[in-house]
Amino acid sequence: MSKITLKVNGGSHTVDVEPATPLLYVLRNDLGLQGPKFGCGLGQCGACTVIINGAAVRSCVMPTSSVKGEVTTLEGLASNGKLHPLQQAWIDEQVPQCGFCQNGQILTAKVMLDKIPHPTDAQIRETMNGTLCRCMSYYRVQTAVKRAAKTLADASSASPKEVVA
Amino acid sequence: MSISGKIPNHIEELLVTNRRGFLRSAGLLAVSFGTFGAAGPKEAEAQSSAAAQGPGPYPNPDFHQIDSWIVIHPDNTATFYVGKTDPGQGTGTGFRQLMSDELDIAFEQTTCIMGSTDITVDQVGSGGSTAMERDSWPMRRVAAEARRVLLEMGSSRLGAPVDQLAVSNAVITVKADPAKRVTYGELIGGKKFNVTLNGNNVNAVTGQAKTKLVPELKYTGQPLHRDDIPGKVDGSLKWAVDVKLPGMVHARNVKPPFACAKLTGIDESSVKGLPGFIKVVSKGNYVAVVCEREEQAIRAARQLKTTWEKPPVAPFPSSEDLFQYMRTASPVAPDRPAGTGDAEARNPAAGSGGPASPNAAGASAAKTIEAEYEIPFQGHTAFAGAHATADPSNGQMTVYSNDMKSYGMRRGVATFLGMPQDRVRVVWMQGPQGFGRTAAEDAGCEAAYIAREIGRPVRMQWMRDEETAWDTKSPAFLVKMRGALDAQGHLIAYEYNARSCDYNHLGYNEPDTVLIAQLMGSRRTRPAGGSASTPSDVYEIPNRKMTGEVVGLPVVWETPLRTGNLRDPNGPQATFAAESFIDEAAAAAKTDPLEFRMKLLQAGTTDDAGFRRARSLAVLKAAAEKYGWDPRPSPKPPGNGDILTGRGMAYSFRGQTVVAQIAEVEVNRKTGHVWAKRIVCAHDCGLVVNPESLQRAVECGTLHGLSRAIHEEVRFDTEKVTSRDWASHPTLRHADVPERIDVVLVNGDPNPNRPDLPPYGAGEASLKPMLAAIANAIYDATGVRIRRVPFRDDRVLAALKAAGV
Repeated sequence: MSKITLKVNGGSHTVDVEPATPLLYVLRNDLGLQGPKFGCGLGQCGACTVIINGAAVRSCVMPTSSVKGEVTTLEGLASNGKLHPLQQAWIDEQVPQCGFCQNGQILTAKVMLDKIPHPTDAQIRETMNGTLCRCMSYYRVQTAVKRAAKTLADASSASPKEVVA
Repeated sequence: MSISGKIPNHIEELLVTNRRGFLRSAGLLAVSFGTFGAAGPKEAEAQSSAAAQGPGPYPNPDFHQIDSWIVIHPDNTATFYVGKTDPGQGTGTGFRQLMSDELDIAFEQTTCIMGSTDITVDQVGSGGSTAMERDSWPMRRVAAEARRVLLEMGSSRLGAPVDQLAVSNAVITVKADPAKRVTYGELIGGKKFNVTLNGNNVNAVTGQAKTKLVPELKYTGQPLHRDDIPGKVDGSLKWAVDVKLPGMVHARNVKPPFACAKLTGIDESSVKGLPGFIKVVSKGNYVAVVCEREEQAIRAARQLKTTWEKPPVAPFPSSEDLFQYMRTASPVAPDRPAGTGDAEARNPAAGSGGPASPNAAGASAAKTIEAEYEIPFQGHTAFAGAHATADPSNGQMTVYSNDMKSYGMRRGVATFLGMPQDRVRVVWMQGPQGFGRTAAEDAGCEAAYIAREIGRPVRMQWMRDEETAWDTKSPAFLVKMRGALDAQGHLIAYEYNARSCDYNHLGYNEPDTVLIAQLMGSRRTRPAGGSASTPSDVYEIPNRKMTGEVVGLPVVWETPLRTGNLRDPNGPQATFAAESFIDEAAAAAKTDPLEFRMKLLQAGTTDDAGFRRARSLAVLKAAAEKYGWDPRPSPKPPGNGDILTGRGMAYSFRGQTVVAQIAEVEVNRKTGHVWAKRIVCAHDCGLVVNPESLQRAVECGTLHGLSRAIHEEVRFDTEKVTSRDWASHPTLRHADVPERIDVVLVNGDPNPNRPDLPPYGAGEASLKPMLAAIANAIYDATGVRIRRVPFRDDRVLAALKAAGV
């Protein structure tokens, strides 16, 4: 066991774990952050996705000791009590069925929109293709991504200086 | 000891405080342990002895009491308690809409608690698309009765006869003098109704009041947002996987490396020095490892050295040889015992339509057609492995689970552990999918067994490879069909024979067939017979014979090829064959496939009480109109380029829910890749409770069908399943999704004068025709008929090459 300090959702936490422990278990079981889910433990499905340094990371295969940079989980996406436009779009579009995969869908879409504010349909399909859903909510996820992209674009054109997290 | 903050608010509420106290004060609960987990050993002992004189700590809520279904709070809000679970299609919100309407309370002032065995009446849980069709009715009748009782109370309080009262949003007013008012909360808030209902069983439960007619429903039919979605997108919802209890430890299974393996040794020294190691739990061929932390349990389970002996015979043929095996295997004796699954979800194969066959068409047959269709085992492959957390405190057993049939799990766990049922409860919480897998869930019995062994709360979860390889499978089908056309192209004879590889079909957490019981040596002398369903259509075909038979694999115990119910059990298999065949018949008759189907439907002269024939015609018509169907026979004239396009349709029903689907596909001649570019799904399930939830459920069910059409197949060698993850058992992905999906909610009532259109099920039906619609579209595009699911690139390419396309 060794002490590792993690920055997560704006806070700092020190945990005492085996260095190779996948970040997912530390987030879920030590920090009580249960947005990221265990789906496969193989980095194949995306349920465990978190954001580190602007990248969508599969926390089930990321050793805790290798984490460099601040971790953002689904719980850290809202700001000042206001849902991120992606989360709001997910509600407006009533995206989830069971919802177990939606952590990965939302965070993968967040990273995409940060880099590509106006993705084409092909870009959405390609970027999201590794994020699986067994209820098959894909069509609605894609619709919600486009809705959120529009909300973000409208917000930035309405008040150029406002930063939408 | 407190679990505050560890589990969802609504669960916490019902576990810890008001509900059980309320039930006790209502005389519905003889003994309560009060605060969950708080009773120490002495207190537990005292209460156990008290329990011996009464019905026990977790008796079934009495469905004859309004108080078991509805609690009105002093702040004029209401909580509904229903014996259902919502695996993700919004039924919980739908129940609130229906019950709010009957009770006359604002939807926003209500909540709904589902599927926890000690505080909600046993309505089985979910399955068989029964939520709205069957189980919403007792809820509505109880809510209507509660309203009637409240109006009588209001009448006494306000000194006016009931017929001079009005009620809206849980406020009763005197019509002539609206200033005179009293709220439900003022009348009964925090108190019990003490009203006994009638009815011999939970489905028949009723009071004196009548339910409202459709035109009087205010929330029903509205696209209200689902109440579970906000917590699913902001991370605040606590799922069954999230349960944490004081002193909880983590368990992982060590599965046999092949089917029917006999455990010959465990080398515990291989894990004893590992951090957090607590114990190896083993009995018979069941092995699990328990550790303090989750990642420790995962590591220890992987590292534990075990030795196994192979069975004397190969447990099954390889997936490549499966259909040849099924062709030559002897069917299970026809006097086999009936399956033990729920009757409404199973369609036992039976001969129907009399003895006629294509031969009976005799000299009038101008053309005969024959075809054989193959559908492999397909997995549930839930998004996360089976999981449950079991707490053995106080000599009881509480299991936190996403089991869609939590009541079945409670019975299974109690019997498996040899505990009285009233010492066991299952608290239902959200989880990944349902689709039948969580009804034949395995982790609940495992967690409970280990928890009792070590005397601490245990969280069990299956890993990806376990779940994909060892979950319950949808049975493989081999369907032989024959038909005859007369000189005018009419289908005058039709023969359907299905062979289903379904012997020892698993029921719902049966204590003697759940996997842990099998591995510990449990055997039934007569396994469940399984079923081979026949198609669901109302085509009028003069000489029609439909039969089904079940075959078994060489070994049916302790095998990863365990069959169980998967969403619309057997429907997609039977419909793939039947609706492909109808298309083949239409092509042989050189007739447009829509016209061919419409004629077969129009040839019928009778209809049932639900107008299924009339609605079948309307649904096919609606699908064709939405798609812009251009009448012509299939296949279309061969195209040039690498991309061939075509369209196909299929139709079926589940219960009274009718579905017609049209798919437009692109087939890549060079790669064999099939992409469904556009899908139309016309769907009629009677009364729509929530059009938005319904639209989403239908859309996702349609895509589940697409996934099974183009991707899903369980692969195995002769001793183990080799599909173990998302690479080896692929599923639909974002890139596979059509660029346009149109869901048409037909839901018209063919009898416009009927004010009481009932709701039918919608959780499964849209899966059913999709496989055939895609196959028919591939044929239309290429002229090549593919009779083997799934339509993977390599299979399609080989078929195209063989046909010279």
